[in-house]
Amino acid sequence: MSNEEVEFDFLKERARTIRRHVIDMTCAAGSGHPGGSLSATEIICTLYFKVMKHDPKAPQWKQRDRFVLSKGHVAPALYAALAESGYFPVDELKTLRELGSRLQGHPSYGKLPGIEMSTGSLGQGISIANGMALAAKLDSSDHRIYCLCGDGELQSGQNWEAAMLAAHYKLDNVTVFVDRNRLQTMGDTEEVMSLEPLADKWSAFGWNVIEIDGHDFAAIIKACEDAKRCRGRPTVVIANTVKGRGVSFMENNADFHGKCCNPEQKEKAMCELEECL
Amino acid sequence: MKNVAQRVFFGRALADLGDKNMDIVVLDSDLGGSTKTSDFAKGHPERFFQCGIAEQNMMGTAAGLAVSGKKVFASTFAVFATGRCWDQIRQSIAYPNLDVKIVATHCGISVGGDGASHQALEDVSLMRSLPNMTVICPADANEAYKATVAMAEHFGPCYMRMGRADFPAITGEDDDFTIGKATVLKKGKDVTLVGSGQMVSVCLDAADMLKDDGISAEVINMSTVKPLDADTLLESADRTRCVVTAEEHSIIGGLGSAVAECLSENGNQPLIRVGVRDSFGESGEPNELMIKYGLTKEDIVFAARKAIDRKRKKKGFLWRK
Repeated sequence: MSNEEVEFDFLKERARTIRRHVIDMTCAAGSGHPGGSLSATEIICTLYFKVMKHDPKAPQWKQRDRFVLSKGHVAPALYAALAESGYFPVDELKTLRELGSRLQGHPSYGKLPGIEMSTGSLGQGISIANGMALAAKLDSSDHRIYCLCGDGELQSGQNWEAAMLAAHYKLDNVTVFVDRNRLQTMGDTEEVMSLEPLADKWSAFGWNVIEIDGHDFAAIIKACEDAKRCRGRPTVVIANTVKGRGVSFMENNADFHGKCCNPEQKEKAMCELEECL
Repeated sequence: MKNVAQRVFFGRALADLGDKNMDIVVLDSDLGGSTKTSDFAKGHPERFFQCGIAEQNMMGTAAGLAVSGKKVFASTFAVFATGRCWDQIRQSIAYPNLDVKIVATHCGISVGGDGASHQALEDVSLMRSLPNMTVICPADANEAYKATVAMAEHFGPCYMRMGRADFPAITGEDDDFTIGKATVLKKGKDVTLVGSGQMVSVCLDAADMLKDDGISAEVINMSTVKPLDADTLLESADRTRCVVTAEEHSIIGGLGSAVAECLSENGNQPLIRVGVRDSFGESGEPNELMIKYGLTKEDIVFAARKAIDRKRKKKGFLWRK
């Protein structure tokens, strides 16, 4: 096996572990957002286990790359990646949404190591990333800011205010991933409030636009490298994904946006995740 | 000293602080000339970020800078600073408890000609209800300067409100200003007048009028509305046994409400609130509006008499019992 193949095998294994955690955690909590967590798994996984420079032993290290989860409802996937990275014990994952837990339903800054910002009210993440990026420029630090948005949340106007600001200040240290799974709570994004032509919108706002298969590790890694090389412009990666990816009955099913599996479904999901991907 | 707009001294303070503290960053949404953050921009262009007419994004950007270790001042008119981006302030600043100072100008009815769309009468109410948020209403320009310095030394989210117009100077340059500490400007024994912002000076005028009638009024400058200085308030109310609040804000949710909450849980002294009575403003000259909306010294005098009257009736009732 080539080095690359070994690396992809490692990432694949990590992705499967994260997916299993997502199902486990949301079932234990009895609520949560598994659909979007599963569509974003490869993106989060690649960032934490390959792309970002970060140190779980020193979560406040100044030169670390930052990750802002704008779509805060997919916290289970982020928590799983943080725990598997070593920010806190994996055992703690099962406390999701419990009274007193550091694993709040949506990420809460200051509670859990590795969480860079409180999120959950959609449409605010890119603004936060911009602020972090301006601070990095002021401090002449070359660390990068990654932000993961849902596609549905791009219906919120603040994103486009932030898109304007990032281009205006030439924030080439910002990379935004759009988890383009095409489904939101009430159904197809194009029926709820159409986003297309999405790439053209970002281009018109002055961004470097990259479109990829959001489940392809090689493509995610390459997009991050291209973003790093792009000078004077922020980058958006429109990652085409499948909501509920990895569990047959959850795939492309808007019902699992904000609902967890029942016990039978859970068994089936865990079974599928053992074998596939 | 002649009357000065608070924002002038705020702008000066910010520019002075910028010379000393390299972590201070200032954000504007196309109103820096009016809010006077333009003074900072002149001296420190590299730490001044124009965000355009996009206040929600400005607050989010402020949060991102603050979480990266910067001390951020974000300024605009009060209606936009609090109403338009309340959710951004709640989610991205107050909840994560970040070091962002929201400084608003053009508060209250004395904004004048621009009318109701630009006259913030609900801003204190909106900010006061947020956990972690400190709310400061300086009484004059001197205090605006000192409050700006104090905010820079304080860690955590703050909201400071200032007017547009020139206000009389009532505090001295050497007077102490501490966040969360009220000051008794005038001792008295018959009634306590509690003011915030420019209404503190109106309270002092009202106290002079009352004195002519043989009524001794105590005047408190409640320059921090949250956390409210309950010790100073209750100590005074215990002695005078009745209270009047005066603010250039709705009587719902602002200083009057904060004092009412404190008194009803502790002392239950009669209270009359002077403020805008659940209404929007309108265009007009500031002094015309202050008269029409009941924010003059005469209104405070009337309220003080009413409060004293209630205190006497209450006493009588207790005595008969």
